[in-house]
Amino acid sequence: MCTTCGCGIGQTLIGGKAHKQHKTVGALHYRAAEPNEVNIIEYNQDIINTTSPADTTDTSPSRLVKIERDILAKNNSHAADNRNYLAVHGIFALNLVSSPGSGKTSLLVKTITALQGNKTIAVIEGDQQTDNDAARIRAAGAPAVQINTGKGCHLDASMVAQAMQQLNLQDHSLLLIENVGNLVCPASFDLGEAHKVVILSVTEGEDKPLKYPDMFRAADLMLLNKCDLLPYLEFDVALAIDYALRINPKLKVIRISASSGEGMVEWLAWITQGCRNTAASRSPLPQAGEGLGVRDVHCSS
Amino acid sequence: MHEMSLAESVLQIIEEAATTQKFKRVKTVWLEIGQLSCVEKEAMSFCFDAVMRDSIAQDARLEIIDVAGQGWCETCACAVPLAVLYDACPKCGNHALKVTDGDAMRVKELEVE
Repeated sequence: MCTTCGCGIGQTLIGGKAHKQHKTVGALHYRAAEPNEVNIIEYNQDIINTTSPADTTDTSPSRLVKIERDILAKNNSHAADNRNYLAVHGIFALNLVSSPGSGKTSLLVKTITALQGNKTIAVIEGDQQTDNDAARIRAAGAPAVQINTGKGCHLDASMVAQAMQQLNLQDHSLLLIENVGNLVCPASFDLGEAHKVVILSVTEGEDKPLKYPDMFRAADLMLLNKCDLLPYLEFDVALAIDYALRINPKLKVIRISASSGEGMVEWLAWITQGCRNTAASRSPLPQAGEGLGVRDVHCSS
Repeated sequence: MHEMSLAESVLQIIEEAATTQKFKRVKTVWLEIGQLSCVEKEAMSFCFDAVMRDSIAQDARLEIIDVAGQGWCETCACAVPLAVLYDACPKCGNHALKVTDGDAMRVKELEVE
């Protein structure tokens, strides 16, 4: 398995339940549940395979087969399904990406609190382990489903589709997806969101956009977070923004602080406008049997 | 490090092709990896071997075809080579370049029997 970040497969949990897509090879084992924690089933397995070993006795001559398929085609197909579902229901979805510790969850909590009463919000939380972030979101008043990716380092569109099924997503609502804290891998995986929002905190280096260009290129909005700490740091805001714009000249930037509230008005206005645009361009309702088949199941909180 | 997921996707593509193209074993896999794509070639090779184990593509040889990065400079109205996403146009120094090639990753071809 990955020696860089421990990225792996087969340990994904969505709302405490195993990710359907993965199949078991080894034996199941249960981890004893902590107080207030849902039962978590963990798969103990290595590499997943559904194919039988090749028939090595076959001596037929070899031939070339043209494939010409994008490696991410399957994920992109799931993402397209998600996007279609969200469009049909007029749901504005954001995929929040950043390094660990940039303040994503705190910012989400403040956002939920500020929009309460005006907007129906649901949250999908991605972390390798623990239900802590989803618990913080639920405490703030929004339903949340936690996806535990196990050793995995990003959310993919299939995981998000299953999490969406567990949430009672309402028409014209806002769906916030907090990706796994990682500035590398989530850049490649479309989840079906309207926009990727990258969060860079001023306690990180100005050159993060140059060091991790894929993510800043994939994003439409950069939130420069923890700006209340600027007086205590030697962080060059103009340089950070200049680097980000070199990667992505169309990137919109908002200076923000979840603690002081700086920039929150602009951020909330951006969200509200996005919600309005999504609702206005809502696709026609699908026929019965189409879409994700979202059930009316409320997330337990 | 998402190459493990990507290698799994490669295997899915191979397995789907095996069903439609009726082959039982894969001897060589050619992947096109763009210079600007989010793939580390060495990591992909490592994950490829691990994921293909006990599959139809066990012991298959992985051949990676490099695809050079290319961008378009609006100011100069010309194509420019791009080694990294933050490269500037060599003529005018402009960073606002549109990526036109080298950001994809594809399963190009298989040698099968």
